Amino acid sequence: MDDLSLGERLRQRGVSRRGFMKFCAATASMMALPPMMIPKIAAALEQAKRPSVIWLSFQECTGCTESLTRSHAPSIEGLIFDHISLDYHHTLQAASGDAAEHAREEAMQANWGEYLLVVDGSIPLGANGNYSAIAGISNLDMLKECAEGAAAIVSVGTCAAYGGLPMANPNPTDAVAVADIIDDKPIVNVPGCPPIPTVITGVLAHFLTFGRLPELDGLGRPKAFFGQSIHDRCYRRPFYERGQFAETFDDEGARKGWCLFKLGCKGPTTYNACATAKWNEGTSWPVEAGHGCIGCSEPRFWDAGSFYQALSVPFRDVGDTILAAGTAGLAVGAAAAVWNRKRKADAREKRDTITIKDLSKES
Amino acid sequence: MSAPSIEKGIEFIKTEIDAPVASFFSACVHCGMCADACLFYTETGDPKYTPINKVEPMRRIWEREYTLVGKLKALLGLSEPVDAKTFEEWETLVYDGCTLCGRCSLVCPVGNDISGMIRKLREGFAAAGHAPEGLIGASTRAVEIGSPMGLKLPALEAQIKHLKNDTGLDAPMDVKGADYMVLLSSMEIMNFPEYLEAIARIMKQAGKTWTLASKAFEATNSGIQIGVSDIARTLVRRVVDAAEELGVKTVISPECGHAFTAIRWDGANLIGRPYKFDVKHILEVLDEFVEQGLIKTEGKEDAKLTYHDPCQIARKGGVVDQPRNLLQQIASNFVEMEDGGAMNWCCGGGGGVSANERADEVKLTAFNKKKSQLQALGVETLVTACANCRLTLEEGLEENEMDIPIVGLTEMLAEYLVDDDKEKQAS
Amino acid sequence: MDANELLAWARGPGFDIALTIFVAGMLLRLFEVMALGKKPDLSAARGSGAQGGMRTLVARTLPRKSVFDKEPLRIINGYVLHIGFFIVLFLYEPHIALFDRALGISWPGLPSGLIDAIGAITILSLIAALVFRLNNTVMRFLTTKGDWLAWAVTLLPVLTGYMAYNHLLLPYTLMLALHLLSVELLMVVAPFTKLTHMFSFATARWYQGYQAGRRGVES
Repeated sequence: MDDLSLGERLRQRGVSRRGFMKFCAATASMMALPPMMIPKIAAALEQAKRPSVIWLSFQECTGCTESLTRSHAPSIEGLIFDHISLDYHHTLQAASGDAAEHAREEAMQANWGEYLLVVDGSIPLGANGNYSAIAGISNLDMLKECAEGAAAIVSVGTCAAYGGLPMANPNPTDAVAVADIIDDKPIVNVPGCPPIPTVITGVLAHFLTFGRLPELDGLGRPKAFFGQSIHDRCYRRPFYERGQFAETFDDEGARKGWCLFKLGCKGPTTYNACATAKWNEGTSWPVEAGHGCIGCSEPRFWDAGSFYQALSVPFRDVGDTILAAGTAGLAVGAAAAVWNRKRKADAREKRDTITIKDLSKES
Repeated sequence: MSAPSIEKGIEFIKTEIDAPVASFFSACVHCGMCADACLFYTETGDPKYTPINKVEPMRRIWEREYTLVGKLKALLGLSEPVDAKTFEEWETLVYDGCTLCGRCSLVCPVGNDISGMIRKLREGFAAAGHAPEGLIGASTRAVEIGSPMGLKLPALEAQIKHLKNDTGLDAPMDVKGADYMVLLSSMEIMNFPEYLEAIARIMKQAGKTWTLASKAFEATNSGIQIGVSDIARTLVRRVVDAAEELGVKTVISPECGHAFTAIRWDGANLIGRPYKFDVKHILEVLDEFVEQGLIKTEGKEDAKLTYHDPCQIARKGGVVDQPRNLLQQIASNFVEMEDGGAMNWCCGGGGGVSANERADEVKLTAFNKKKSQLQALGVETLVTACANCRLTLEEGLEENEMDIPIVGLTEMLAEYLVDDDKEKQAS
Repeated sequence: MDANELLAWARGPGFDIALTIFVAGMLLRLFEVMALGKKPDLSAARGSGAQGGMRTLVARTLPRKSVFDKEPLRIINGYVLHIGFFIVLFLYEPHIALFDRALGISWPGLPSGLIDAIGAITILSLIAALVFRLNNTVMRFLTTKGDWLAWAVTLLPVLTGYMAYNHLLLPYTLMLALHLLSVELLMVVAPFTKLTHMFSFATARWYQGYQAGRRGVES
């Protein structure tokens, strides 16, 4: 591995200064930084040395890695990735077995306290952590070991960030998120199933530029990317405002591209940049493809009711609840009715005839 | 039979609470609109006279005895109990501060019949020994002597004799199979004998047979006012027995508001069966007579006059058009009072208030409503059709030094009857 | 518990619990009332009780002129409050989706922006209702703790709905969760406060109207 700076590397790959500045501007805008920060980003990136990155994959589906690798072959984001020293990544590295684990240990030792730890996948705690292990080391142990020497941790994907799919009811492996185990390191969550590649690179760019993680929201996500809901940035929003909704996936409203709220779109409660960053190099995104947002970057999205039920609709069948409540009400009501009837009958029995002699207190 | 007590009062109220009452309490949103409908509130400005507040003891008992939430509240000490103090505090609101006029019931946006509830609540107050002395006295006289004013049959017989002597008209007594059995209120016998004469003349011209009943000439019913169904039943039964004994087709309720309510609406429910005869208010009968051409009038009163709707006859009795039809016949300058008809303002003395001396002051304050209405109209004569209204109005006008004569509509109509048999009107 | 969990609880067990209490509670209240019975009226009827009941049920919706003239603003505010609440509740598309799921029937809604404006009006109207209550001698006299509670639990759903829609104060997900929770609070509280008038107004009007109809008197 060489020691070229990012700027040098980009020029080597034929990326113009103009292209580079464009990337810096895009990164600044995505992270909601003021334009005056663009030269600073450029300068920092220009000079940045390759940081060591250790990428751990636990209970995951490799979708996050797929998302990252598939989308950016010729892009600047890809080059950024080339620029980091990805010293350990199961799926991508050529080495395997002992050699692979060796590389990890070496990188950790060489960059102790400075390397960036990227995690995708959740960590199973059940069965003493034995549901998932790599080279005989349980995910839990490996995470603890690697976290110790990390400068910061990036939890990529909803599984690493919030437990994701493995943690869904009934959570058979007792899966948890990275932040549930590590509490003494800065952690940034980049949730999504999978996360948007630009967002991953954006976070890395921020780390490279400022040497620290970006500003986070209450759920540990970079505010710059997760500050607004899908709904608020959705190009179909005007239809929601006008009360125009697709009722089925093949009705006129669906064909006309009306709002998918009633078909279960979770856009209003999902905070992500899909609506602006889009997918597949800005080609499209789920809502544009005609399917509501499933809220994949939110905690417990698997257990947040049907993907196809509107947010305003309760989980269970309301009719069933009404029926059950009605039965209960009839029972309680009947008991109350019997009680009231008896109370009144008792009072009536006690009520004796009043004559004029019974009117005055004196008598 | 037992001495009055708070417990007894509460038990009575419990028996009076039915599904409508429970509905009313469940529906009240405390909007306070009933206050503006109540002349005791409008004239005193004291919010305790808000009609729904007058039935608060009943609401408390309902909540505590007949609702789960009320039982829980009571257990947790979150609700106020009904005790001797409550009865003392509310007695004047339930009796002195309400004429059962029913105006509040008509404005309630959720349709609560508040005055109906006060009538029921009085059952409990009477049983608890919290009925006013004046009403106890009237009830005692009604039951023991036969009339709340202590008037006996000989007094009526004397009036009949006067009538014969003065006009030659007869007031038949105990005639079996008569078309009409006529009831009187003792106020009419004592204060307004013109009524009896008017009836005699009208019946004669209409060619109808009629009778008074020696066993039941009195129409008023103190039991209704004091709120004791047992007494009301005793009094109503006299009328029913007499009417059925005589086999009359129709009983005519006199120009007395609560008497009409007692006989027309409450009576059958009190005795627990429908009547074998009809009950009509005298104004209903007169209107029929005029319509059928049985009686004819000539000439018209020129003085500017208005009509005071007695609550029990108009609002609660549905006799609203008849007096107006009749007045059109015999008055050329009839003007409506503001809110006339079903939404009339009470004279202030109904529902037993006038029989309750303790309420005299608030009654006069309440009269200010009528006073301002009359002043706004500037009428020379006031016509009405209830002896009790008439007395209350006369008292109020006198107190306020207003010189407006009050006449009963029946006697006024009689004055304008076509004089088709002069020979019998000699002397 | 984060906002998502709160929302999931509100859409799951919370809603079921609240709906159960609402339905069972209202039935309980209905039974409590009906069990007290009503003696048949034996007096000779002058008109139809049922017709009178129906008439009053409808007619009492409008005030008499003399009543209206007394406090036109308060009465108009009462209409604004009720109508506003109904429009927001029944004509907002996300709410219609709920009724569709619950009852299997749906109807056309109004544009969300319009609902937003009506929601704002409803909130102002509820606040005005409070001001009227505080400034009216009689209402102040009659007001109970339960009235304050009923007012608050009525305001909260409209307010949180409005705030969620407009992203005020709290993140949308949390506000939406609070909105659902406030609706659930309303459902839980309603059967045990004066809010029962949402149903009992009908029986109350019916009973008075029925008697009036039999007697042939105005009501």
